[in-house]
Amino acid sequence: MTIESNTSSLATIGETTSSCWSCGTMRAVQFCSACGKVQPPKPVDYFTFFALPRKLHLDTALLEREFYELSRKLHPDLCARADKREQEWSLEQSSLLNDAYRTLKDPIRRTEYLLRLEGVELEEQSKAATEKARSTGEIKKQVVPPDLLEEVFELNMQLEELRAQKKLGEDDPALVEEIGKQKLELEQKQDSLAEELKTYWSNWDELVDSGTEENRRKIRDKMLDLLNRRSYIRNLVRDVSEVLEN
Amino acid sequence: MTPDRIVGIDLGTTNSLVAFMQGESPVVIPGEDGVNLVPSVVALDERDQIIVGNAARKYLIETPERSVYSIKRLMGRGLEDIREELKLFPFHLADDLQAGEVLRITLGQKTFTPPEISAFILRQLKRNAERFFNAPVTKAVITVPAYFNDAQRQATKDAGRIAGLEVLRLVNEPTAASLAYGLDKKQNGIVAVYDLGGGTFDISILKLHDGIFEVIATNGDTHLGGDDIDNLLIKIAIDDILGDANLDVSRNGEIVATIRKAVIEAKIALSSESATELDIELPRGKRYQREITREQFEQLIQPIIDRTVGPCKQALKDAGLKPQQIDEVVLVGGSTRIPKVRALVEELFQRKPHTDLNPDEVVALGAAVQANILGGGSEATENMLLLDVTPLSLGIEVAGGVTDKIILRNSTIPASATQYYTTQIDGQANVAIHVLQGEREMAKDCRSLARFDLKGIPPMTAGMARIEVKFLIDANGILHVSAREQRSGKESEIEVQPSYGLTDDQVEGMILDSFDYAEEDFRQRQVIEARNEADTILAALEKGKKSPAWGNLTSDEKKKIAKLEKALIQVKSEDDHSAIRKAIELLNQGTMRLAELMMDTAVSTALKGKTMDEADMGEAPGVGHPVAKADFK
Repeated sequence: MTIESNTSSLATIGETTSSCWSCGTMRAVQFCSACGKVQPPKPVDYFTFFALPRKLHLDTALLEREFYELSRKLHPDLCARADKREQEWSLEQSSLLNDAYRTLKDPIRRTEYLLRLEGVELEEQSKAATEKARSTGEIKKQVVPPDLLEEVFELNMQLEELRAQKKLGEDDPALVEEIGKQKLELEQKQDSLAEELKTYWSNWDELVDSGTEENRRKIRDKMLDLLNRRSYIRNLVRDVSEVLEN
Repeated sequence: MTPDRIVGIDLGTTNSLVAFMQGESPVVIPGEDGVNLVPSVVALDERDQIIVGNAARKYLIETPERSVYSIKRLMGRGLEDIREELKLFPFHLADDLQAGEVLRITLGQKTFTPPEISAFILRQLKRNAERFFNAPVTKAVITVPAYFNDAQRQATKDAGRIAGLEVLRLVNEPTAASLAYGLDKKQNGIVAVYDLGGGTFDISILKLHDGIFEVIATNGDTHLGGDDIDNLLIKIAIDDILGDANLDVSRNGEIVATIRKAVIEAKIALSSESATELDIELPRGKRYQREITREQFEQLIQPIIDRTVGPCKQALKDAGLKPQQIDEVVLVGGSTRIPKVRALVEELFQRKPHTDLNPDEVVALGAAVQANILGGGSEATENMLLLDVTPLSLGIEVAGGVTDKIILRNSTIPASATQYYTTQIDGQANVAIHVLQGEREMAKDCRSLARFDLKGIPPMTAGMARIEVKFLIDANGILHVSAREQRSGKESEIEVQPSYGLTDDQVEGMILDSFDYAEEDFRQRQVIEARNEADTILAALEKGKKSPAWGNLTSDEKKKIAKLEKALIQVKSEDDHSAIRKAIELLNQGTMRLAELMMDTAVSTALKGKTMDEADMGEAPGVGHPVAKADFK
C-alpha cells in the first residue's frame, strides 16, 4: 500500500472561502482558478482531493481525464521557473495527486483505502500485526479462511512435494499439471470475488448518504472479510507461481 | 533579459551529446571538430591535463593506465557492487579504497570519483554549447537510464553540479526518446521504447494522450549493452591468441585496448556486411587474423541480446498489455543497429520498429525538448507533459530482514509514502531505518539505498514516541526523506543522515577542485587557438613572399617583417597565449603595406581582364585580420 496514514489526521476541507496566496481570488483546492498558481497542500483524503463522494462505484475514464487535467496544473515541470516555495508546493501537490489517482483507479486498492478511512484495517495491513512482527521478529501471517482450509492444506502438501522434487532436479509432470490446475481455480476464485465485491459497492454507495451506521458497519465487515480472503488467495497464487517457475 | 538557455544532455556509457531547441525543433550541438558525438572517454595527458572525447581515445591504447571509458557503469555504485565489472573492464581503482566508500579511479598519480570523471565529460559538452551560443550555459536536463536506482541518479546529479551545471531535471532515456518522436507525430496510442545502448538496457511502455506522455511501465538492466558484446568478442580473441600463438595478452593493457578497438570495428561492420576480418598486430612480430561471419556473430551474441526479453515481458505484464496492443515500437541506442536485435524486437512486439531518428541522437534531442518544456515551452512543445514512473519499488527493512514495500515500482512520480515509527526502550533517542530499492522479498536481496538514523528524539517511555517519516520520490526519481516526532508537544524536526554517496560538503569540495582543471583547460585551449592562428598568418606570409608585391617592398620593410616573423615563431613554441597574440598583432601591423600592395596587384590584374583566381594573389596576411581580431576578445 502507498500510505499508512492515521485516519484522524485526515481533515475534510470546507475552505472554499480561502483565497489564492498570489492573486487573492477565490480558488480551487490545489490551484487558483484565476491565476493558475499552485496552492499550499492541505491534508485531505484522496476522495476529497478529486472532489468525489466516498463512494466505490467510480467512473475511471472520468477520473483519468481529471488526473490529466490536474497534472497539467500541478506538475513540477510546469513550475520549474516559479519561486522555491511554489516549486515545493507543486512537488507535494503532484505527489498527492499521483498517490490519489493510483489508489482510486484500482478497484481493490480503492476499497481497501475506503475501509481504512472508515477506521477498519485489513489483516495484512493491520498496524497491530505489523508492530507485533517488528517487535517479535516473526513474519506476519494470515489466518486461513475456514472455507479454504481443506483445499489449502492439500495444496501446501503438493507444493512441498514439488519443491523437494525440484531440489533433486526432477519434477513429476502429473504433479505440475495438478498444481497448475489448482492455480487456475484459485485465479478464477479471485475473479469471482472481485465480481462479488461490486455488489457490496452498490450496497455501500446506497448507504453513504442515507443509511444507518449499523447497516454501513455490516457492509464494511462483508467487504473486509472478502478482501481478507482475496489477499490470502493472491498470496497463495504467488507462492504457487514461484514454485512452478523456479 | 534573455531567456535561460537550457540544454539537454545525453550522458552515455559510450558517447555523450548536447542538444538544444532551435526554434521549433531540437538540434545536436557539434564539438569543435564538427562531430556530434563526444566519446565518453577521459584521459590525463603527460602534463596532467584532462583530455575528453575523441582526443582522449588515443590514450586508451597508448596509456591505458591514464585513461578511462564506460565510467557510467560505476556511477552510484560501491566496491561490493562491481566485482563482475572489474573482471571485464580495465578500471584502475585507488589502492586504499574501503568498502562502503564512494569509488575512486586512478588516472596517473591522481584519483577521481565517478561523478568527477562524468563531470569532465559534462564540462566538455558545456563548453561545446558555450562555443555554439557564444554565451555561458549553466542549466541542463540530463538523461539517465530509466532503470537507474536512486544512488545512480544522485551520482549523475552530483556530476552536473561539479561541472558547474544546475541540473533542472533528470529524464529517463527512453522517455526522452519518445518526446523526440512525439514531437512530429502528435498522436495518441501506446508506444514501446526499446533502448539498448553501450552499457544499459531499458524498455518503457508509454501511453500518449493529447500531448501527455504517461509512462505505464518500465524495466531494464543497467548492466547490459554493447559493452557486453565487445567484452565477449575480446575474450574470444584473447583465448584464440593464447591457443594459436601461445601468447597470454590478457594482462597487456595496450594489446587488450587494441583488440577492443578492432572488435568494435568488426561489430559495426557486421551490421551491414555479411563477414569481416579481425587483424591485430601482436608482440614479437606475430599477428592475429580471423574472419567472422554475421552468422557466427549472431550466434555469439544471442545469449546477450536474449537478456532483453525478460524485462520486455515483465514491462508488458506490469502494463497489463499484450504485444498486439502496442501501436508503435521505437528503437533507441547504438546497439539497436544490429540486425539481429531488430529482428528480436520485431518478433517480441509483432511489428516493425521505427528507426527514422538517429538512434545515437534521439535521446539528446528528447532531452532538449524537455529542457524547452521546463523553460516555459514554445509552440512546438505546447501541451506536452511527461509523467514518468519510478522503475523500482521502495521499501523499508522490517523485522526478520523482510522488505516492506511502501512505494511500488511503476508508480507515477512524484510519489510519496508516510510511515510511523516508535521507540522500543525508555529514553531511546535514535531510531535506525534501512531504506531499500528493489523487488525481492528479503532486504539482503534488494539494493540498500541508505541507513538513516533518526536522531534527537525527545526522551519518552518506550512506545510513546510517534515519529512520522515521509518518503517522497521527486520528478527526478530521487528519494527525499523527512521526519517529525509528533507526541513531544513541539513538532521537532529530526535529523536524517544518509549513509551512501557523496555528501554535500564533498560535492562542494569537488566543485572547487574542478576549477583548477577548468582554468588549466581554459588556458590550454587559448594557447592552442593562438597557435593555430599564428600558423595561419605565417602560412599567408609565405605565400605573400612569393607574390609580385613582395618585390615592391623596401629592404628595411623586408627586414622588419623577417624580425617580426622570427619573434612569432619563437613565442609560438611557448605556453603564453597572450604573448603569441601580441606577436601576431605586431606581424599583422608590420605586413599591412604588403597586404595593400597585394590587393593593388590583384585589382590591377583583374582590370587587365584576368580573374582574381587566375592572378593567384595568394592570401594576403592582412586580409584575414578582422576575423582574427574578433577572436582576441
